[in-house]
Amino acid sequence: MQLLAQVSSETDLYVAQNIFFAVIAVTMIYAAFRVVTTANVVHAALWLVVVLAGVAVQFLFLGAEFVAVTQVLVYIGAVIVLFLFGVMLTRASMGDDETVAGEKRAMAAIVGVLLFAVMAVALVDSFEDTRVDIDGPQGVTEVSDAIFSQYIVPFEAVSVLLLAALIGAIVVARKD
Amino acid sequence: MTDVAILGELAYWQQTGIRVGAGLAAVLLVAGTLVYLHLFKLVSFMQSRLGPMEAGPFGSLQLLAEVGKFLQKEDIFPRKADRFVFAAAPFVVLMSTFLLVVVVPGGPDAWFINSELGIYLAMAVSSVSVIGILMAGWGSASKYSLLGGLRATGQLIAYELPLILAVMGVVIQAETMNMQGIVQAQADGEIFGWGGIGNPYILTQFVAFVIFMIAMQAELTQTPFDMPIAESELVTGYMTEYSGMRFLLFFIGEFATAGVFSAIASVLFLGGWWAPIPGLGFDDNVWNLLGPLVLVTKVVVLTFIIFWARFSLPRFREDQLQQLAWKVLIPLALANIVVTALLKIVF
Repeated sequence: MQLLAQVSSETDLYVAQNIFFAVIAVTMIYAAFRVVTTANVVHAALWLVVVLAGVAVQFLFLGAEFVAVTQVLVYIGAVIVLFLFGVMLTRASMGDDETVAGEKRAMAAIVGVLLFAVMAVALVDSFEDTRVDIDGPQGVTEVSDAIFSQYIVPFEAVSVLLLAALIGAIVVARKD
Repeated sequence: MTDVAILGELAYWQQTGIRVGAGLAAVLLVAGTLVYLHLFKLVSFMQSRLGPMEAGPFGSLQLLAEVGKFLQKEDIFPRKADRFVFAAAPFVVLMSTFLLVVVVPGGPDAWFINSELGIYLAMAVSSVSVIGILMAGWGSASKYSLLGGLRATGQLIAYELPLILAVMGVVIQAETMNMQGIVQAQADGEIFGWGGIGNPYILTQFVAFVIFMIAMQAELTQTPFDMPIAESELVTGYMTEYSGMRFLLFFIGEFATAGVFSAIASVLFLGGWWAPIPGLGFDDNVWNLLGPLVLVTKVVVLTFIIFWARFSLPRFREDQLQQLAWKVLIPLALANIVVTALLKIVF
């Protein structure tokens, strides 16, 4: 059973899904702005939860359930938790922290706009008006078959990368 | 599996209404039953006393009285607290419980969702409650709360790994992550060619079962893993500043999560809603009524073990707690996966 995506080749327009896409997209954009404009680090991390949860729901709309659940498990359940854990262990001031924003805001805004422009141009240029085929929702079996046959080399490479990061973290943290 | 006749004829919003009602019942009724049976009565008998006896027969209405008491209390906010984060935290914790209950099937057609992700989805949403606990710890603007929240997070991260690794043994053996599929694999299973009671995975995956129960105890922050709310050091940890309604939400969340995790454990290791009753096929419609009762019976048995340990064992020290997770449970769970995978290939 699909959680959200209702994919059939007969109809071309999914009204309900488009409405919900818009609602969630607007929420995500607002939350993303709050992540970079709020002056409280913990608030920023909590707004980031909203953005990442929105990404998970968008994956559900595409029928990619496995990726959506992985998004929740990895990003909300692990990455954000470590963010919050780290922030609270070091400096968990309650009010607004003036040193967070600083004078680098203008530069960051320019970089953000440029990045958006580059990605938008690249996406539009490479796909133009081709419709992305989502008729085959990616089930667990298909995803695992793809990972362990077609994409086995990148998969193992990523494992080695993670191992390197792990060893690096131990080396940095060791005192002796 | 066919749709139940009644559910199939209803409109989407009516089905949704039924599912929401069933979800509320599954969370609140089970939590209430566990509090009465175990927290009020079991612990009383273990300590040679009667427990609540005044409200209703054998004190069975005590719980309603307690809820009424909590609802009347003032909803206190600490002066320096971050009001929104403080107010929202209990709801985040309870939301995680409600999302968890969704994956547990109660019968061949009595399910909330029948996703092929099943147990993976459960493991993912169970980790969301950590954010609620961190929000409560930080939002309270209190040293006790913050320390409690940090301890809870460290513990939950450490014990989530053995929990997930223990599940993997079951998934390898059942060849599916779908909860219905895991129930069916146990119902259809045979012990050396004898299919009388199916093959509940507590027999073949006993190591995984023990690891799952220990990790579950830690995930629920029940004694002996109750460092986060150690009352002699931290008052009640991240719940210290909460009162009235919001404290009640944390309280319901604690016991409902114990019930839901036990339900997941009984699906994984005890055959879920299925029981070996001769003359009943796997898809019989009777199971839609009988299944939830069988499941709740298994939940009561498993939660009995949880509360038995809770009321018998002293608290771990923080370093012992982390060592148990990283040096004992995780290597053991990894070894279990390797052995299970090898046996899966051989047989």
